[in-house]
Amino acid sequence: MEDRVEATITVNGTRLTRRIEPRMHLIDFLREELGLTGSHVSCEHGVCGACTVRVDGEIRRGCLTLAVQADGRTVDTVEGLSDSGELAVLQQAFHERNALQCGYCTPGMLLTAQALIKEHPEATREEIREFMSGNLCRCTGYQAIIDAIETVLRTPRTEGVR
Amino acid sequence: MKPSAFAYARPRALEEAFALLDKHGENAKLLAGGQSLLASLNMRLAAPEILVDIGAIPGLDGIAVRGQTLVIGARTTHRAIERSEAVAKHAPLLAQAAPHIAHVAIRNAGTLGGSLAMADPAAEWPACCVALQATIVVTSKKGERRVAATDFFKDLYTTALGAGELITAVEIPCVEKGERHAFLELVRRRGDYAIVGLAARARLKGKTLSGVQLVYLGVGVTPVQAKGAMAALEGKTADDAAIRAAQDAIARDLEPNADIYTSAEAKRHLARVLVARAVAALVG
Repeated sequence: MEDRVEATITVNGTRLTRRIEPRMHLIDFLREELGLTGSHVSCEHGVCGACTVRVDGEIRRGCLTLAVQADGRTVDTVEGLSDSGELAVLQQAFHERNALQCGYCTPGMLLTAQALIKEHPEATREEIREFMSGNLCRCTGYQAIIDAIETVLRTPRTEGVR
Repeated sequence: MKPSAFAYARPRALEEAFALLDKHGENAKLLAGGQSLLASLNMRLAAPEILVDIGAIPGLDGIAVRGQTLVIGARTTHRAIERSEAVAKHAPLLAQAAPHIAHVAIRNAGTLGGSLAMADPAAEWPACCVALQATIVVTSKKGERRVAATDFFKDLYTTALGAGELITAVEIPCVEKGERHAFLELVRRRGDYAIVGLAARARLKGKTLSGVQLVYLGVGVTPVQAKGAMAALEGKTADDAAIRAAQDAIARDLEPNADIYTSAEAKRHLARVLVARAVAALVG
């Protein structure tokens, strides 16, 4: 009964067509079928945010999205957004503020933080906390992560980075 | 975890979806945003044979004002409702409630109709729809029918939806002059399901309340109208005595069940706290 379904998805700018098992999560498709292991899998029920990716420009839970649901859509992962330079300023700030330790949550943190930077560049520290509340970190703790995001928001925009 | 295997169909028209529901009956589940469904499939709390993805059916999303009614397509995402100027203007209760739903990444995918059909007793939209006296538009191959939100939620995760039916839209009376709204939740962490929540609405003339609606979430198997507290405030000046009377009535209105974190008595206490805050917000 679980016949594979054909889906055409544009991943990090590359359009590809695959036959996909319906029950496969988007995050597993990206990691296991395409080898894009930058986005991580953790809770698998939408709580932790480690699997955050972009679908049609908006952040999503990769574990609460079926790969077949991405048919006809654009998916961006931390790999694509790193290569394009979109995340460069944020990544630098994470580095400087020591906002990661084991790094497991970091790809999801970066994608969520980048959504915040685009949508609410004027966000207060409290609003940053609120926006980031769906991404869990188990080692660095949150202060350094919030510090890094706040640094980016408070730094005058440099040409060509966003 | 990973879900058990299922087949998948992505109909391009409502008629195709109805045919699939007919054919597969209770073995089929409708997939909209999937933010509750996929979590329950992942945890293997459900194992349907086929998912019918309504994501490609035209005409199921969007927000429109028709006369004095705000019409929201069932597949409209929480995020679209949160960002909508029409919602902020004509149904501000929904605009207040939206940010309480989970987190941005989930609000980008989850839908109004999905939340209503799921009927989680701690979810925001069911309580809001009851408080706003919304009408749920339900469609099947036999045509359309309209169900008052007050009659829609039957039991835990159980609605008035019959076999072969799906929600296509929600109709909400546009806010009237002098009408006030408040949406409040108590949570341990931002984005969690509410321990107790309250969708409140009233008309305010001077400091006198009328048309009072107090609908709780997280305290029963469905959204719960606190009818005693509503009556205690109706036609009254919103002062300390009225608030105390409403709080006393809450003890009789609600019979919350304890959950793994919160006792029934604590929930009842928190419900009393919320009604006082809601009245303050309504007149503030």
